[in-house]
Amino acid sequence: MKVRAQIGMVLNLDKCIGCHTCSVTCKNVWTTREGVEYAWFNNVETKPGIGYPKDWENQKRWNGGWTRTASGGLQPKQGGKWRILANIFANPDLPEIDDFYEPFDFDHDHLKSAPEMNAFPTARPRSKITGERMEKIEWGPNWEEILGGEFAKRSQDSNFEGIQKAIYGEYENTFMMYLPRLCEHCLNPACVASCPSGAIYKREDDGVVLIDQDKCRGWRMCVSGCPYKKIYYNWSSGKSEKCTLCYPRLESGQPTVCSETCVGRIRYLGVMLYDADKIAEAASVEDEKTLYDAQLGVFLDPNDPEVIAAARAEGIPEDWIKGARNSPIWKMAMEWKIAFPLHPEYRTLPMVWYVPPLSPIQNAAAAGQISALDDMPDVRSLRIPVRYLANMLTAGDEAPVVTALERMLAMRSYMRSKTVDGVINLGVAQRVGMTPAQIDEMYQLMAIANYEDRFVIPTTHRELVEDAYDLKGGCGFTDGNGCSTGSSGKTLFGQKKFRAPTEFLS
Amino acid sequence: MHHFLYGVLPYLALTVAVIGSIIRYDRDPFTWKSKSSQLLRKRGFVLGSVLFHVGVLFIFAGHFVGLLTPIALFDALGVPHGAKQLLAVVAGGIAGTMALVGGLILLARRLGDPRIRANSGFGDTLVMVMLVGQLGLGLASVIPTMAHLDGHEMLKFMAWAQGIIFFQPGAAEHIADVHWIYKVHILLGLAIILVFPFTRLVHMVSAPVRYLWRPGYQIVRSRRGAKAAPRGVGPVRRAE
Repeated sequence: MKVRAQIGMVLNLDKCIGCHTCSVTCKNVWTTREGVEYAWFNNVETKPGIGYPKDWENQKRWNGGWTRTASGGLQPKQGGKWRILANIFANPDLPEIDDFYEPFDFDHDHLKSAPEMNAFPTARPRSKITGERMEKIEWGPNWEEILGGEFAKRSQDSNFEGIQKAIYGEYENTFMMYLPRLCEHCLNPACVASCPSGAIYKREDDGVVLIDQDKCRGWRMCVSGCPYKKIYYNWSSGKSEKCTLCYPRLESGQPTVCSETCVGRIRYLGVMLYDADKIAEAASVEDEKTLYDAQLGVFLDPNDPEVIAAARAEGIPEDWIKGARNSPIWKMAMEWKIAFPLHPEYRTLPMVWYVPPLSPIQNAAAAGQISALDDMPDVRSLRIPVRYLANMLTAGDEAPVVTALERMLAMRSYMRSKTVDGVINLGVAQRVGMTPAQIDEMYQLMAIANYEDRFVIPTTHRELVEDAYDLKGGCGFTDGNGCSTGSSGKTLFGQKKFRAPTEFLS
Repeated sequence: MHHFLYGVLPYLALTVAVIGSIIRYDRDPFTWKSKSSQLLRKRGFVLGSVLFHVGVLFIFAGHFVGLLTPIALFDALGVPHGAKQLLAVVAGGIAGTMALVGGLILLARRLGDPRIRANSGFGDTLVMVMLVGQLGLGLASVIPTMAHLDGHEMLKFMAWAQGIIFFQPGAAEHIADVHWIYKVHILLGLAIILVFPFTRLVHMVSAPVRYLWRPGYQIVRSRRGAKAAPRGVGPVRRAE
């Protein structure tokens, strides 16, 4: 047993209102620079839809993630090491920027600088790559917002696999949900494996996956290796960039920007202990449908004295072990089993998990005829097909998703009778295999969702690895030439000159 | 003048290339990259880039072996000079044509595609023009080569290159009377070596062959056991 700690995230899709606050605050902090205007480390997709970049879930087309070899081993789906090196001159699986969208801005200045004209001045779009006029914007980061576009196109969504999807194109049967996406900070990251330079790494202390910008050579294999397409090639700097899980914030105990600013309070952050020795075995189980279960088997119970002892032996700090015991992620993923990994079939063992959304009962006119116990309708009569959710969250295995949806419905039913009628309905709790205490706790965490319950983030322990005295007079985060911004106005090596944050402020 | 261009300039160019690269790698590692433009436009890139790179790598190896292997080795193996030259012309001709076609595709893309043009620095266009010119000259040198099929001209270049490598005075004299196409070809080659550390060409030094025997697929960095930071200067680097 090799115990490691990881900051995991859960998103409660049942409460996501699709406001994009997470995406916008993330962008404002991380990707407003030239070369990554098109990159959204966090984006929110309306499902069903082909998403961003186009068709990203279709691994038959993009070859992201891992594949299980005939001998039972794992190799990146885009190819083993020789294959990846052979493709280094031109990566056949790399999306083009148009698969994301061509970044643009509008001629806002024209609105105030236009001369007197007969027609009202307009702000027309201009490409951020070429600076040239764009006559028509063909695609954008959220083109399918609230089911935008025709069903024929949106229904190319890979999650429709095994579903008779035609009826969902009819107005009466239509359904939708939001899917906020960010880097999964996987336990078995395909991007790390695909990087020929060895520039991408997973941090041992908190599991954050980062790209070393000084070691990245721009071979761009990580972009095609990641099945979630959450690595973005900065076309200006020639380096790949990705979500950092806001590690400078995490290190000081603060939630990520996307979590902090979520108005629906749908995001949860907490520590998960896991057994690093079990990763390879769990990621290479034969049947895709058992991957979800296999990943559950990698997590370690933070209340188990043996695990605690092993964690201490590994040097995991005491407050991290305590954090793991109070982790909202542990409760949702392991105790209540209502959160699931996104596309476990990619075999990356992702660490951003999702609570599937409830949806209105299909065909309201017939609602009275639907079998309902304690006002709990059959989850199969909900508008979003269970199979659709299962394709997204459990590689097509419907049973765990059904259980999760039933537990969420049971929580509503139980709390309704408790607060409205003043009756403790034991039956409804027992039918979904939960105790009243568990449902109360679930209600507290998911409905009330207090800040300190959602975010249980122990701070990092630099004092264990650094002598703070040596940091005296240091410069914090800088690029290039230490504290100096360089002595000459030009740089010899063709890079834009570095400007210190203080220069931007003055 | 001849002595300076072919006897001194090689040392200048190699020194600038080596020391310049070391300084750049040490001082500004963020700028060390291939600067791929595939994301911006895939059309034309796959064919052009593969032809170009494969051709150039082959030619590079051919020049290295062809120029620096002592001729005594070929004599010992019983390979006639004319046959060695013929091999160089045929193999180099095929690889050179591949690289030239690929290079022209890439150059057309760099100059003609609005996205790539807008994102090209002076150095990016310069190296592309130099390399395509160099490939053209290299292929053109087949014409004067056809005039002496016994391979004695080739020996002059080998003597020159080996003379430079072993610091022999008067190495430049070996190629004093060769055809001007060869001379321009060598000169442009030295110019490419000279601009090497200031352009994207440096990415060839980082060819990631280490990947093949990197143990396993995953990389985990631990902070434990990190060395203490240097006093007072710069950011603290995380231990590998």
